Amino acid sequence: MSNSFVIKGLRGGVAGGEILTGVDLEILPGEVHALMGPNGSGKSTLSHVLMGREGYESTAGSVTVNGVELLGLETWQRAAAGLFLAMQYPVEVPGVRVEDLLEAAMRARGSQVDGLNDRLISEAQRLAVRDEFLTRGVNVEFSGGEQKRAETLQLAMLAPSFAVLDEIDSGLDVDALRDVARRVKAMTQEDGLGVLAITHYSRLLTELNPDVVHVFMGGRIVTSGGPELADELEVEGYDGLAARLGIEIPEPVEFNRADPFSHRTF
Amino acid sequence: MSNRFTPEASLDLGGPEWLSQRRLRAIESLKDLEWPTADEEIWRYSRVGDLDLTKYRPMSGEELGQPGVDAVPGGGPVAAELGARSALIVVRDGRVVHHEIDPALEARGVVVGDLAMLDADTAVGRVGLTSDASPDAFTLLHDAFLAGGAYIHVPRGVVVEQPIVVIHWCDGEGVASFPHTIVIAEELSQVSVLERFGSPNVVHLVDGVVELILGDGANVRYQSVQEYGDKTTSIALQRAHLGRDAVLHSSAVALGGSYARLRSESLLEGVGAESEQVAVYYGDNDQMLDFRTLQDHAAPNTTSNLLFKGAVEDTARSVYSGMVHIRPEAQKSRAVQSNRNLVLTEGAGAESIPNLVIEADDVRCAHASAVGPIDEDQRYYLATRGVPPEEAERLIVLGFFEDVFERLPVPALVAPLRRSVQDKIGNLHAGLAHA
Repeated sequence: MSNSFVIKGLRGGVAGGEILTGVDLEILPGEVHALMGPNGSGKSTLSHVLMGREGYESTAGSVTVNGVELLGLETWQRAAAGLFLAMQYPVEVPGVRVEDLLEAAMRARGSQVDGLNDRLISEAQRLAVRDEFLTRGVNVEFSGGEQKRAETLQLAMLAPSFAVLDEIDSGLDVDALRDVARRVKAMTQEDGLGVLAITHYSRLLTELNPDVVHVFMGGRIVTSGGPELADELEVEGYDGLAARLGIEIPEPVEFNRADPFSHRTF
Repeated sequence: MSNRFTPEASLDLGGPEWLSQRRLRAIESLKDLEWPTADEEIWRYSRVGDLDLTKYRPMSGEELGQPGVDAVPGGGPVAAELGARSALIVVRDGRVVHHEIDPALEARGVVVGDLAMLDADTAVGRVGLTSDASPDAFTLLHDAFLAGGAYIHVPRGVVVEQPIVVIHWCDGEGVASFPHTIVIAEELSQVSVLERFGSPNVVHLVDGVVELILGDGANVRYQSVQEYGDKTTSIALQRAHLGRDAVLHSSAVALGGSYARLRSESLLEGVGAESEQVAVYYGDNDQMLDFRTLQDHAAPNTTSNLLFKGAVEDTARSVYSGMVHIRPEAQKSRAVQSNRNLVLTEGAGAESIPNLVIEADDVRCAHASAVGPIDEDQRYYLATRGVPPEEAERLIVLGFFEDVFERLPVPALVAPLRRSVQDKIGNLHAGLAHA
């Protein structure tokens, strides 16, 4: 039970509309799992339901990190329990430096903050994050690549047990992609970080070298396999794969504005 | 209770003849004055209607005493943390009670002291130069009871390296005081002035005027910090006149008072003059912080830049009403006016009213105004890192002010002011507003 990231029968979505239709997944320390799916399949919804974003809800199932049930906890408590979400679109927070938020996060979980600045500087060098991005408000006027380097920097500093990388490969150039992926890979090897990398491109995967590839459609994992599954997807696309495997893609539940609870069974 | 702001009370204040004459003229003007109400645009949203003058009385000449050395509380962390300074003026209830200056600067002609000690030749045409150009009921009341004030004069070409510090303490239950500060920076001179205004927890009315007079090419950095007690009402004018190529960086930090209103005005009357006005304000409990700003471009090629940022919580209110006026002769001028407000709790509120009057056709103006709660995405972002909500809010609010802090003209003050704002944020989380 302990030392794993386990999602069981997870259903949920935005209030009044079920998007996740039963997600099951288990990630062990040091493993890299890729979650691939077409646009609108619910990949980002999964990341927000896992993290407990306001406006998103889980209606059934369980999510545990190292044995701790996350559903029902506040977002910051889920992070403190060892789950990190690297965002597809990191938010600009004017006047709040990376160091400020790291210090606050570390204090909240009782981690050592002595020498934080030194550690931050050496980690920044490792990720080729320039000094000006440490002194500015986090993500403020960062390019796509700088944002993703900064997300990875925070990931490395906070050293969680598991990380969900939500399209960390979008909006960045080849150099940044390589730096970010290599740093994440090193964390899996050196620190036992378990990774769920959400993506719809395979180029991240050549760098990350996943242990398992999951295909996500209609709010659930429809098939899983080795890295070769990503290559097959490249060739035949999601529709082709679904047809070949005889997978029926569940339609997303239509949201009824007049009665937001119409689809539920009580 | 009747109004005790009488001609007799004014006459009792003594001082030099020019000052008595100035008071008399003001008393005459007050007789016919219609007291302002919130129906007038310039007083819209204000609490002028709640201000009952009969609750206050002016101090007598005897109470105010003569200029001299006296102990004054209230320098507080501001004075202590400022470090090196080149001069100090201590003002109690509007009367200068102590002043000192680096002898080397005195030798170069820099004067600090009490304007009540000026002779008529020096005073007339200088004292009131800016406030006379922008009078209202409160500047008239101020002039009618003006008994002295901080006087700073930097001669032509003199550069004052360390800040000049002016500490105001306004005390006395049911009393009104009339602090006045005048900074004259002659041609090509440079000076930084820091003023700290404070009062204890007494019902007190402060009716103050700050005048900044910049000669051609002068460079003035001016910062005021207002940390009045909870029951103090303050109505103040801070007005600058800028000569050719003069550069002003002015700032106001407003944290205290029950109702505190500041008019912050810059008149750019010399070609190429540049004015920056920034402010940080934070209201809690049932405070109201009220700002009226003016960027008045009266000469070509002038530049003004204004950034006022505030936060309100509990049932506090803030008002920002700003005017950019580009006169016909002010071609090729540039003006930026920006006001941003965080409304942190359901019961709090902020008004933001930008105004532009542009009478020239070759100018660049921009204005921005925003009122809203803490951004939910920012809150979520910090939460995903494991920052608890109270801490996230504290970071976001402090971060919101950071760009103003960075522009404060006296950098040594930034750390203590950040702490003062942090103290006000206190236990915000309980009543927080959500988007």
